[in-house]
Amino acid sequence: MMDSDRRTFLKILAGAGITTALGVPGSASADGDLLPGYPDQFGVLVDTTVCIGCRRCEWACKEWNKLRDQKALKEYEKDQAVFQKARRTNADTFTVVNRFNNPRDQTKPIYVKKQCMHCYEPGCASSCFVKAFTKRPVGAVTYDASLCVGCRYCMAACPFDMPAYQYDNAFTPEVTKCNFCFDRISKEGGVPACVGICPVETMTFGKRTDLIDLAHKKIRDNRGRYVNHVYGESEVGGTSWLYLSSVPFNMIGFRTDLGTVPIPTLSKPFLSLVSPVFIAIPALAMGVYSFKKRRDKLEEEEIKKALEKKKESK
Amino acid sequence: MDATTATTDFKPTWVQEKLFLGMTWKEYLRSNYTPFNAVAAFILAIGIPVIMYRLLYGLGPSTNLSDNNPWGIWIGFDMLCGVALAAGGFVIGTAVHLFGMKDYGFLFRPAVLTGFLGYLFAIIALTFDLGRYYRIPYPMVVSWGVNSVLFLVAWHVALYLGCQFVEWCPAIWEWLNLKKLRKIFVQATLAATIFGVCLSMLHQSALGSIFLLMPEKLHPLWYSEYIPLWFFMSAIVGGLAMTIIESMASHRIFTHQIKNSDPEHLDRVTLGLGKATSVTLFAYFFMKVIGLAHGNNWHYLDTPYGYWYLVEIIGFVLIPAMVLMYAVQNNHVRMVRGWAIVVVIGIILNRVNHSIIAFNWHLSWEDRYVPHWMEIVLTVTIITIGILTFRWIMNRMPILYDHPDFEPEKH
Repeated sequence: MMDSDRRTFLKILAGAGITTALGVPGSASADGDLLPGYPDQFGVLVDTTVCIGCRRCEWACKEWNKLRDQKALKEYEKDQAVFQKARRTNADTFTVVNRFNNPRDQTKPIYVKKQCMHCYEPGCASSCFVKAFTKRPVGAVTYDASLCVGCRYCMAACPFDMPAYQYDNAFTPEVTKCNFCFDRISKEGGVPACVGICPVETMTFGKRTDLIDLAHKKIRDNRGRYVNHVYGESEVGGTSWLYLSSVPFNMIGFRTDLGTVPIPTLSKPFLSLVSPVFIAIPALAMGVYSFKKRRDKLEEEEIKKALEKKKESK
Repeated sequence: MDATTATTDFKPTWVQEKLFLGMTWKEYLRSNYTPFNAVAAFILAIGIPVIMYRLLYGLGPSTNLSDNNPWGIWIGFDMLCGVALAAGGFVIGTAVHLFGMKDYGFLFRPAVLTGFLGYLFAIIALTFDLGRYYRIPYPMVVSWGVNSVLFLVAWHVALYLGCQFVEWCPAIWEWLNLKKLRKIFVQATLAATIFGVCLSMLHQSALGSIFLLMPEKLHPLWYSEYIPLWFFMSAIVGGLAMTIIESMASHRIFTHQIKNSDPEHLDRVTLGLGKATSVTLFAYFFMKVIGLAHGNNWHYLDTPYGYWYLVEIIGFVLIPAMVLMYAVQNNHVRMVRGWAIVVVIGIILNRVNHSIIAFNWHLSWEDRYVPHWMEIVLTVTIITIGILTFRWIMNRMPILYDHPDFEPEKH
């Protein structure tokens, strides 16, 4: 309620009161929290208490997506130096596993796999001025490089900082991000490459609604093992990828200040002002202009009269 | 051509008259050996290769952009500041053609020209920022991302460029002596102005609305639902202040063009513009305070970012507003002109704060963006080319004066 009041206030201010009088269509009902999303979309539940940090998922991701700088699987498992600094996704890496200290048990660090969260209502899609991003009914947020102009607004608009850019590609750079193995999961029984290779079943692939139930069941059934929060259930309106953790999420590299409002909702009140401005402003402008015209005409007549009077008196 | 120059009563050809300012090619070339041009040539000698380097080797080696910092000064300065400071065309157009402020009529053409070139070169600078610059018409012709604020910006900036071109056209046709064409475009001025007001209102505020999608990256002191309104109001301020500066500079540099030069009239108008700037600045200041209260962000004021915010909002908004009001009340024209520069710096500071300094404030210093030298050189180069273009046009077209062969435009 508070929120909608604010928006109305903004509209009144920006539209000089006309907007509300005209009744902007769709502005109230378009709020993301009222949208059901795709009911059958898939998701993945990541249980960070299970992950052993073998980074096989990173290898499988590169393998399937044919990304550069691929190494042998063994080297991924051996390389511990990579954990010294938290990494982010980049042009050659759609997913990364980072290591965090475990305050509950120093001997057992926490490993967290990260990739595109595949939002219900993706910020990247609402930022793109050529519609290069699509939220698919299966849950994947896919990217079409054949449309991309390279403005990189999607990277700025992503609350999880997932999209990366091929800065070293001079002529045909693309935005890069996990596509949820869209082609694999679109087939009956297919799972993402990372999920398929995980040796300890850190990740569970399935219907998102089922995964939410599973996550809460896990929290209920294993008292003390998890904090009572499923990350991604309601963050920025909900994401297809969900996380469980034994420690508060801000301790393992997640932002906990994102809120539950979908990113696209934030610019909707402004966008709804566009058509009213084109109706109201020309009308106002013509009104002001006719006042001006009339004033000029009266002035001219007055001068004429004054001149005539002068002539007569002479 | 040689034959004509040899004769004693020199009659310039069309090319000589229109392009070489009535001189022969050699004379024209010699007239260009000036210190100003030497500096410009030096900048271009470095800048053009940098532009080539950017186009051939891509954004990676020529910028400090990264996955965390996708936007740098080409967006934050060239685009955001360029468009905000080019708002003069729209502000003066509204005042003259809609409100009938005849005193300001002589500012219309220079303001429109400055606006047109400001937009044009902001777009040119933006082109170098786009990864696939050759796809720049895509949002118009290939795929419409109507849910994007940037889509609105792209369309409106392009359309508004057209509007300003229409408003500028009468000067071009006078220069080329095309009477019929000029008449048509003079008649179109009113429509272009009204359309331009709508477009300006929307895209100026839309440039701010781009940041509405990033509440988690922009510092709370700069993030607000009021961003659209802040950007719109500050663009009006920027347009007014730039008109003060631009008219002062033009009337000094091109003073020989103006036959009945009337410095007193310019002073009077400058005071009027100064007053308008002051009033708009006060309104903008209060709107900023309301935003602060609305977001309940007072506690951020006592942090380093808070001090920086206060520098912007007190030092470059409130104080200039008060000084300008004082100067106008006491007829200190020079003071108005000097503080107009402070106001412009404040607008630049605001845009750079939104896009760079207060953006990604949660990241550690090593992950933050600092511009690459090539980014700065390219920016300076584009501005230099813009100034050279402006001068080229001012020297040829009736921008500051009424063309003797034509009835002056009615305002």
